Amino acid sequence: MIYTKDLSKSYNGTTVLNVEELSIPKGQSFGLVGNNGAGKTTYFSLLLDLIKPSTGNITNNSVVVDESEDWKPFTSSFIDESFLIGYLTPEEYFYFIGDLRGQNKADVDALTSKFEDFFNGEIIGKKKYLRDLSKGNQKKAGIVAALIGNPEVIILDEPFANLDPTTQIRLKQILKDLAEKQGVTVLVSSHDLMHVTDVCERIVVLEKGNVIKDLETNPATLKELEAHFASGTMATQEEE
Amino acid sequence: MIKHFINLEWKQYFRSSYWQKSIVINILMVFFALYFVGMFLFLGAFLFKILGKLVPDQDPFVVVNSYIFYWFIGDLLMRFFLQKLPVMSVKPLLTQPIKRSTVVNYVLGKSALSFFNFLPLFAIIPFSISLLSNGYDTSTVLTWMFTMIIIVLIINFLNFIIEAFSAERELSFLPIIVVAGALYGLDYFNIFPMKSIIGESLMSVASNPILILIPIAILLLFYGYNYKILKSKLFLDSSLKSKVTEVNASDLSWTKRFGDIAPFMQLDLKLIWRNKRTKSMAMLLVIGLLYGLFFYPQPMYRDMEFMFAFIGVFSTGFFLINFGQFIPAWDSGYYKMLMSQNIKYEQYLRSKFILMIMSVVILFVLGIPYVYFGWKILIAHFAAAIYNIGVNSHVILFGGSFNRKKIDLDKKAAFNYQGTGAVQWLIGIPLMVLPMGLFGLTNWLVGFEAAIALLMVLGIVGIVLHKKLMRFITQKYLDSKYKMIDAFGQDN
Repeated sequence: MIYTKDLSKSYNGTTVLNVEELSIPKGQSFGLVGNNGAGKTTYFSLLLDLIKPSTGNITNNSVVVDESEDWKPFTSSFIDESFLIGYLTPEEYFYFIGDLRGQNKADVDALTSKFEDFFNGEIIGKKKYLRDLSKGNQKKAGIVAALIGNPEVIILDEPFANLDPTTQIRLKQILKDLAEKQGVTVLVSSHDLMHVTDVCERIVVLEKGNVIKDLETNPATLKELEAHFASGTMATQEEE
Repeated sequence: MIKHFINLEWKQYFRSSYWQKSIVINILMVFFALYFVGMFLFLGAFLFKILGKLVPDQDPFVVVNSYIFYWFIGDLLMRFFLQKLPVMSVKPLLTQPIKRSTVVNYVLGKSALSFFNFLPLFAIIPFSISLLSNGYDTSTVLTWMFTMIIIVLIINFLNFIIEAFSAERELSFLPIIVVAGALYGLDYFNIFPMKSIIGESLMSVASNPILILIPIAILLLFYGYNYKILKSKLFLDSSLKSKVTEVNASDLSWTKRFGDIAPFMQLDLKLIWRNKRTKSMAMLLVIGLLYGLFFYPQPMYRDMEFMFAFIGVFSTGFFLINFGQFIPAWDSGYYKMLMSQNIKYEQYLRSKFILMIMSVVILFVLGIPYVYFGWKILIAHFAAAIYNIGVNSHVILFGGSFNRKKIDLDKKAAFNYQGTGAVQWLIGIPLMVLPMGLFGLTNWLVGFEAAIALLMVLGIVGIVLHKKLMRFITQKYLDSKYKMIDAFGQDN
């Protein structure tokens, strides 16, 4: 589904991302982990054609993303709050996204009604603008908006951050269902190793822009990841 | 502590991307400032002589004092629109061991160093010197000078009190209009002759230096009130928890007839009605509409036919210019999202285009009563409206592809330069100066009818080429996509 070849991005000579080859098959739930500055958001931004690659390219369902816009109808994303339109209510925002993705009001209502649990009664029908919602509720609205229009690829940057524990658990279930039952390719990034190992079939570790681990998730993965990131801190301590 | 504050502000100012990017505006501002300094110096130096010529039988000193009241009101009005209480990002400081009173006193103290407080000195000091050289008593003149400086500071702090009140109102101009209107009205209808009272009290203070304590007391009172207002605002809950506004949802289903651009039109209309900056821009439409009334009632302008085109372009295109110059920066807050959505750029731009065209038509229709001042004016406005639709609309959309500045929708519009760059100044030339020049030239060389025809033909050519022009403009936007995303992601 998503194929990355010789991709690199550099700013003023500093390379922030360098991926030789990465292939994500359809229906996989894919997790990206790494410390700050590892290149997770850069990769997602390249995938959404928000920044231009220095070399190489990403192919999304055989569409080269920086050459054609044909990947947009089946790809949706929530990167940060700048994806929200602050002066709309959550409902209006959902309808707007629905309009852009060819869904009428009834379709959107049908979809959002499935997330009543997830919203916990704090999003729909509150007569509040998105800009007046708390960070966590904004995130919930943004994530659900990314599910509108039956996308085949969903990209979520740090979806678990700022959410309360109950919502985190519900979100994990939603993401698992998407990949397992509906064949959606789900890409998430996170700092929380436990959440990613729970949700993702495959986990890639980025460090300073390079892929240094590519793991199929199994019961030992969490331990392995924890050991990896812990050794990173050991190494830096020794250097000092 | 003050040292730290100054250090912080220095860095904030020079490290902001705003400063680094908008050198043009800074230069223009300095230019304006120097111009005003020159004017005031001239006024201060020669006022005594001028008054001696104008009213030879009166004491110039008394005459000046009797008009201080008007200066007071004028200064207050000007400050309200131009001067803002210095802002300081206090959030990071609140949890540090700094007394709140230090922060408040610093902010207020800094406001006293504003340019607006120094400007009058350029008139007051030379005038005092000319008083001295004309044999006025030294202690009288010095007392008068200090009183004037205190009055300048009183205006300074009074303005912030008014601004604090207006910040809470929907119609933000109301408090200043009430205050200025009441002061002026009291004087004008002789209910309370403010003009002579202020004049006489200034005279008596000048002759009895001890009375200077009264203006000082007023100053301290205003300072204290400001202190109280500011200190009460210095809590996180008042700045963090902005008041939650109830949604005013209106039925926009009529936009459905525009087909595939309907979602964008609804979004644009909501953008305009639900944000402070766009809302106050919409309020300014009234001024744009009535702009002709500044000129047409005066017979002098009624013979200057080239002015018709200018006023026509300006008043029918007021919304077009004010809204259009910040396309696509209005959407800068969520531009990334739009770019990752399944949208056609052309639809996005066409929605803005149609909105601007509708505004031109509406403003023209509302401006039809100008026919009262002559049929030529109406025809010129009609030609200008066609020109706006055919030419200016495309020019301004094209200019938008050079926009690289983010806009914060929650700040009010008048004299808000955020988002303004060299583009906005340059775009004014083809928008306003060109039609006015073409019209004036043809009018002078050939005649009024030919000039009207020229504007209309240009407009119609633009309308005919609409599809082609839009394709070209859309391509421009696509070409600068990455640059825009990057620029809109930065805070200024």
